[in-house]
Amino acid sequence: MTLWLMAGLLFTPLAWAVLTLLTGFRRGRAITWLGIVIQVLVSLALWAVVAAEGGFQYPLGGWQAPLGIELRMDGLAVTFVLLTALVAAASGLHAGFYLDPDKDWHRYFWPLFWFLWAGLNVVWLGNDLFNLYVGLELISLAAVGLVALGGQSEALRAAIRYLMAALLGSLAYLLGVALFYGQFGSLSLSGIASALNQDIAVEGSGFALILMFFGLALKTALFPMHRWLPPAHGIARSPVSALLSALVVKGSFYIAARLWLELGATLGSLALAQLLGVLGGMAVFWGGWQAFRHSKLKQVVAYSSVAQIGYLFLLFPLTWNTTEAVIIQAQQAMTLQVISHALAKAAMFLSAGNLILSVGSNRLNALAGVSHFLPFSLFSFGLAGVSLMGLPPTGGFAAKWLFLQASLATGQWWWLVVLLGGGLLSAAYVFRVYRASFVEDSDIDHFFHPSRRLEIIPMILALLSLGLGLMAEPVLSVMALAFANGEGT
Amino acid sequence: MTPFLLYALAGAALCSIGLFGFILISHLLRKLLAFNLMGSGVFLVMVGLAQHRSGPDPVPQALVLTGIVVAIAATALAVVLIRRYYHLSGKTSLEDPAQNPPPAPGPRQAREAPHE
Amino acid sequence: MTRVLAILTVTAVCFAFLSGLVYSIWQIGATTTPVDLPALLAGNLDDSGVENPVTAVLLNFRSYDTLLEIGVLVIAGIAGISVAKTSSLEDPELRTSDELLYALQRWLVPLTLLLAGYLLWAGSDRPGGAFQAGAVLAASGVLMRLGGIPMDFLRPGLMLRLGLSLGFSVFLLVAVASALSGSRFLAYPPEMARTLIVAIETVLTLSIAMVLLALFVSAPINNAEEPEEGGS
Repeated sequence: MTLWLMAGLLFTPLAWAVLTLLTGFRRGRAITWLGIVIQVLVSLALWAVVAAEGGFQYPLGGWQAPLGIELRMDGLAVTFVLLTALVAAASGLHAGFYLDPDKDWHRYFWPLFWFLWAGLNVVWLGNDLFNLYVGLELISLAAVGLVALGGQSEALRAAIRYLMAALLGSLAYLLGVALFYGQFGSLSLSGIASALNQDIAVEGSGFALILMFFGLALKTALFPMHRWLPPAHGIARSPVSALLSALVVKGSFYIAARLWLELGATLGSLALAQLLGVLGGMAVFWGGWQAFRHSKLKQVVAYSSVAQIGYLFLLFPLTWNTTEAVIIQAQQAMTLQVISHALAKAAMFLSAGNLILSVGSNRLNALAGVSHFLPFSLFSFGLAGVSLMGLPPTGGFAAKWLFLQASLATGQWWWLVVLLGGGLLSAAYVFRVYRASFVEDSDIDHFFHPSRRLEIIPMILALLSLGLGLMAEPVLSVMALAFANGEGT
Repeated sequence: MTPFLLYALAGAALCSIGLFGFILISHLLRKLLAFNLMGSGVFLVMVGLAQHRSGPDPVPQALVLTGIVVAIAATALAVVLIRRYYHLSGKTSLEDPAQNPPPAPGPRQAREAPHE
Repeated sequence: MTRVLAILTVTAVCFAFLSGLVYSIWQIGATTTPVDLPALLAGNLDDSGVENPVTAVLLNFRSYDTLLEIGVLVIAGIAGISVAKTSSLEDPELRTSDELLYALQRWLVPLTLLLAGYLLWAGSDRPGGAFQAGAVLAASGVLMRLGGIPMDFLRPGLMLRLGLSLGFSVFLLVAVASALSGSRFLAYPPEMARTLIVAIETVLTLSIAMVLLALFVSAPINNAEEPEEGGS
């Protein structure tokens, strides 16, 4: 049973990429929706399997690591697989209504969408350093292709900039992999982690870890390497922006987190941990401030991603050299932050897309009067904003509460400034959007009304993000269970 | 010390030369060449270091082959995007349009010259 | 002045990077690996179906990497043809009618095709394989294209998309068939491993050549407009 599910998980996105490549937009859409149903069901079933029986290894081709590639399906991985299925399903459904079927190049959206999904699954399950590199490239190239879709000059400019940053990041990561292979003679992450316990000379590998973190942080758009993100996420079509912000940047962060949790205790250092945390904190403030100042709606949301990504990097200082309980707490906080941000940000981008569709402009002050016309989309935007601010009972609140407890437990009170200040800044930029849309004296009196179906999808995502704080217990129990028995069965 | 370590060290040198070019050069095609130089350096480190440690090792050789194909795919995509960007905007670099005066009209209207 | 400062800073950064990397390589070079992968590989080579260890790693032990890598190539091809929205990729002005070029092509094209075939065949027991063969095949396509020989299959239609996805689909079908027959995803039955590997390599060669060629010719000229969502 599990083998079938794994084959389905790995096979469906790749096969659907080929199928949709061979068809036009409308048929591709129908095929995609069928595929979405399959993927969501498979992900749910796998989640239930892991929740019931714990994690497991899946050797591809029947070859065990280090000779072959082993996939690792543990609680954290399956949580991310499920999250990806939810967000990608929402974005795919939204895109089916949102994109104009009569534009010939929109047909290429579907294969790129499926390749992106396949790449994300590769990264969540990856336990082989080189396989993770290929997965990262799969994600990056598909994402760049999606940004460039339509190919006008500004979109191309953003796509090229994105591609250059992504390529540099991948190469830095690959150089780290080369050094690791030289040192350990193995590419399996858990193999390297167990070799580290045998007390061998590892002077050279610290630099390799730094290289990999540099590359992954560049791909995650950590401050001050975030400058490629707002143009790319701002200019892409809204369902694409939702995918990029909600999932793609998490891919590289996830690898960094895995590396840190497996190897950080031996190869990391206090300075590296604090540096990553401080950069994350600066990202929270800088991203929030830029989001507050920007005059275009989608750029506001994109800068808000820069800020929200910053919180994730608190994981590194909070898990350095501390007790097992605090490490688990920080991991739970990170997981909740990833999930709630993914749901909220996807909701935000999709509803922003609806608002833009309605007023025909990306400028904030063009939103005047839209509150009368699209209250539903605006309400979804606001609900997602509540989660970003971190007000109870949202998932954002639960994540920040856990971060706060972990900070206090390790005595690193300075992260409280980040957690509180970031919340205030998010409140400021969300209210700014609201103020713009409640201005009464609008000189436009004809709004285009997008279909109801477009409005319902972001609302569901926003509600999920809002309710995550209440459902956190089952989510966290599956995730923590897998950390408890580490390597699986 | 074996000659293979020398390959790895040469790879390290290529990487830093490529990095220098990648950061400093603003012309997109030359930036892409710098990226490829860096990529070659990484591959050299990968093969050289493993070979120095344990003799001829087919695993990094296969990895490098995979890496080369990925690098080719990325390079080819970048070239297509860059050419189209040049075609539409007449620019060969990503300098911020806000800081520069509007560029000379690109070759968008004119038929593309055979030798670009 | 700022330019000089920038160059100095970048030089310093690159120098720091170089010294860190050299130090790291030097340190690693002086130790021994805890895992002896080449020996493990040599021990399993007989079960892989081919004699060339590099091909064995690429298409059996780490075939998942290769599958995904072809995926990356297909993505690049898709993204390439998606920005080139012309109905024809053929540019009449690029067509030349140079007698010398034609004469040269009559010699070179069959020769490169032969070379590609040889590289593909050699891959199972000595250096060679799908990637080298595909690259050579693409090079002969580039030669034909530059010489002005029309290649209608490169129009962005169904044929091109079929060609792009052919190698990937066959590889994927083999992978899925192995999963459906009860073993793992991508596990070949040992007695069929050689046949399957050669079959996969052959279609991969065609697809790799196709993607590279499609990317070469998708020189984008088109005037279709789409208003940008995020633009001003």
